[in-house]
Amino acid sequence: MAMAVIWTGMVVVSILCALATGNGAAVGGAALEGAGAAVDLCLSMAGVLCLWMGVMEIMKRSGLSAGLSRLLRPLLGRLYPEFARDREVMDCISANVSANLLGLGNAATPLGIEAARKMSRRRPGVACDGMCMLVVCNTASIQLIPTTVAGVRMAAGCQSPFDILPAVWLASALSVSVGILAAKVLAKLWRD
Amino acid sequence: MDAFFTMLVPLIIGAVALWGMARRVDVYSALLTGAGEGLGVLIRIAPALVGLLTAVYMLRASGALELAANALAPLLTAVGIPPETVGLMLVRPVSGSAALGVGAELISTYGPDSAIGRTAAVMLGSTETTFYTIAVYFGAAGIVKTRYAVPAALCADLAGFLAAAWAVRLIF
Repeated sequence: MAMAVIWTGMVVVSILCALATGNGAAVGGAALEGAGAAVDLCLSMAGVLCLWMGVMEIMKRSGLSAGLSRLLRPLLGRLYPEFARDREVMDCISANVSANLLGLGNAATPLGIEAARKMSRRRPGVACDGMCMLVVCNTASIQLIPTTVAGVRMAAGCQSPFDILPAVWLASALSVSVGILAAKVLAKLWRD
Repeated sequence: MDAFFTMLVPLIIGAVALWGMARRVDVYSALLTGAGEGLGVLIRIAPALVGLLTAVYMLRASGALELAANALAPLLTAVGIPPETVGLMLVRPVSGSAALGVGAELISTYGPDSAIGRTAAVMLGSTETTFYTIAVYFGAAGIVKTRYAVPAALCADLAGFLAAAWAVRLIF
């Protein structure tokens, strides 16, 4: 229901603001433009998604993802206690975390999606604790080298575009920690 | 080092393929099986993205973000965040490309080495497009009840923004 409330809220706020500011025509056009942009986005990520799910399949069949998940088990087992013994889920999460750390956001998304799909088999339609944790860990970016931002800074004439790295790492670490803490606390408090 | 990062993707794919061959896996048929499943995932994600982006585009066109930015500016100054970055913070969770646009604008207007330019860059580098991620993951997994995923993810975003402003002050 959370998404339903947020979505309806966004639409209603847009309409009210459009009426107040006289942007009515722009909002009318934007609604259709947004729907089209969604399909463009899907098509633009189609190739990458298929490619990385293919690579994941090779990793799975050759035992590479199992090795990766043995390496990350001490950490991930604590974050996802309910799936600690589920090999398939842990393999996908490990690959997702590795891709995130390498700054391969394009690869991390398909791998994370695979993990979410496998997690949902236990309780279809409901986001279990593990899935909430997965979403939080993927929305709080943990990339080590933010190349896109560095590119923007360089374009603006910056001599040392990577001098923000320590600040990015500090902020990312804090954001991920708060997210994980919030997820763990809410898992205990949430009533549904 | 630069060459390594630009070659990272092909190197990973190559290494995985070689490892698979060494383990006598039919690498190519595995690749095609996985890629085929990717198409099914894509079809489940599309509706979620159509819904989300329609609302996001409407919100951007309506001027609601500017109104909210003006209202929030005094609050941000109080907690140590440059008020100029408020537009970026509001756009960041809903649209990655719009956030990059707003961030690039701030960086070129105030200069990449100004406190505002640096804060904007760190905010971009340390957060993600939260609602897009939620829509994609939950869309693919067919989740209807999202429980506490949205509030927890927004907590992480908020912490990231605060930490970005503080880290820039601390380090520079």
